[in-house]
Amino acid sequence: MAGLMAFDRIDITAKKIVLTVQDYSVFAWRAMGNFFRPPIYWSDFLLQSDIIGVGSLSIVMLSGLSTGGVLALQSASTLAAFGATAITGQFVSLTMIRELGPVLTGVMVSGRNASSMASELGSMVVTEQIDAMRALGVDPLRKLVTPRIFASVFMLFFLTIVADASGILGGAAVTVFMNHQNGTQYFSQAYEHLRYPDIVQGLVKPLFFGYILSSIGCFYGLRTTGGTQGVGRSTIQAVVVSSVLIIFVDFMLTQVLLALFPYAL
Amino acid sequence: MSTTLPTNSSQETLPAQAPVVAFQHVSIAFEENVVLEDISFSIAPGETRVLLGPAGVGKSVLLKIALGLLKPDLGAVTLLGNSIARMPEQQLFALRARSGMVFQEGALFDSLTVRDNVAYQLIQERVPDEEIDARVHESLRFVGLEQTFSQYPSSLSGGMRRRVAIARALIRQPELILYDSPTGGLDPVTSTQIISLLVKQRDVHRTPSIMVTHRLQDAFALSTNRWDAEQEQMVPLPKGEIDPNTTYMMLEDGRLIFDGSLLELLNSTDPFVRDFLA
Repeated sequence: MAGLMAFDRIDITAKKIVLTVQDYSVFAWRAMGNFFRPPIYWSDFLLQSDIIGVGSLSIVMLSGLSTGGVLALQSASTLAAFGATAITGQFVSLTMIRELGPVLTGVMVSGRNASSMASELGSMVVTEQIDAMRALGVDPLRKLVTPRIFASVFMLFFLTIVADASGILGGAAVTVFMNHQNGTQYFSQAYEHLRYPDIVQGLVKPLFFGYILSSIGCFYGLRTTGGTQGVGRSTIQAVVVSSVLIIFVDFMLTQVLLALFPYAL
Repeated sequence: MSTTLPTNSSQETLPAQAPVVAFQHVSIAFEENVVLEDISFSIAPGETRVLLGPAGVGKSVLLKIALGLLKPDLGAVTLLGNSIARMPEQQLFALRARSGMVFQEGALFDSLTVRDNVAYQLIQERVPDEEIDARVHESLRFVGLEQTFSQYPSSLSGGMRRRVAIARALIRQPELILYDSPTGGLDPVTSTQIISLLVKQRDVHRTPSIMVTHRLQDAFALSTNRWDAEQEQMVPLPKGEIDPNTTYMMLEDGRLIFDGSLLELLNSTDPFVRDFLA
């Protein structure tokens, strides 16, 4: 009997997950399609680009600087064992550009913006503002979701470049001022060993991550039920799911990109 | 004080006697909970219907189905001559734009000013700013709140928010208005102000409407009062007279148990109706 109840519970949970994935797929597809059909709300796109892009600049720069610095500190002691401290610049720049810059930016912006999207849209759901918008003949998906998704994709691309540059600068500061190595050597190593496939790999990822964090944030926001408590729940779900998904998709994308650009190996 | 709102020239006209809204055997359930069961009724042009019933009986759900905000599990719904029960959301937007709905708590957009709230549809339609301002002023004048033009909803009282919501619903001169408990939670004076606006809209523009309420005094006030254009206020009808275009429906546990005039309601022998009126 207890086994049967446990089986039922697994069955219900599995169905819920499948239904959620199905709903998300339809939602994400419609939101993306809206960008290619009028009306397009350009003013909302610009407003969201400012909130997501300019608003996230400081946290992306700070986290980039710190991560680059930590990479330089950690790598210096390991590389010293092989007498290879000269390649610290190469190590920091490749790691930041190919991997840590995009992932770190995705996770940081997800924490800041997926949560704000979920809570903002969730509050609008529980106060019937979304229904009011629909009753006024305006599509909330087109008006609220599509501008957020495209602003996130667009701005995450540039934020990743900022994070990469900050990381390399952070690494340089540690290398020069703490490890007392040559700065010129650091930068020449950082630059000379970079190849186009590395840059392509680093700049393709944020396009996916921007899409994930914004579509998940909006999806959970618009699914909010249960009043203000429900808004809190949606916010947590949005941040957790988008962060985990960013890391998982990064793993999948890296395999695909390494297969496409074997030179990057 | 002007009572004339601009008309929407782009809207398609409905055949003269066709019902504005018609429900045929409509049922809806949320998971195991049946909220509405086998509901059938219609609203003729110029008719005002008051939907009565205790809280949680499915009144708001019925309004949302009428506007296509919720899809029924069973049955057919006709809105402004179009069958909407299975209509895709994209096609519903144009149809909803011809209707107006006042939500329970107003549902104003809290990040927008009163002007932008009232003009929301016009802004989306890219109407020139000068025309928007003129129409918003006119709409706010109709509800007696012209001074709130630049304020945010958070600085308004509950009653003022409902009146702004009414102004928003009326700005495009809709062919149907749905009021979801417009006086719920308000003091008697403010409730009377809101009801007088509903009577004004009914008598001046003859707009068909459904008003959901559980407050009998508000429901009866619609039948026993008229709008006096000269005095610019709601006045009682002569003793024994009631508005012939205002009729009543009552829900009990998701079923429509009454549909008729005020006199029929008062003379009903249904025990639930008697209890509700007592």
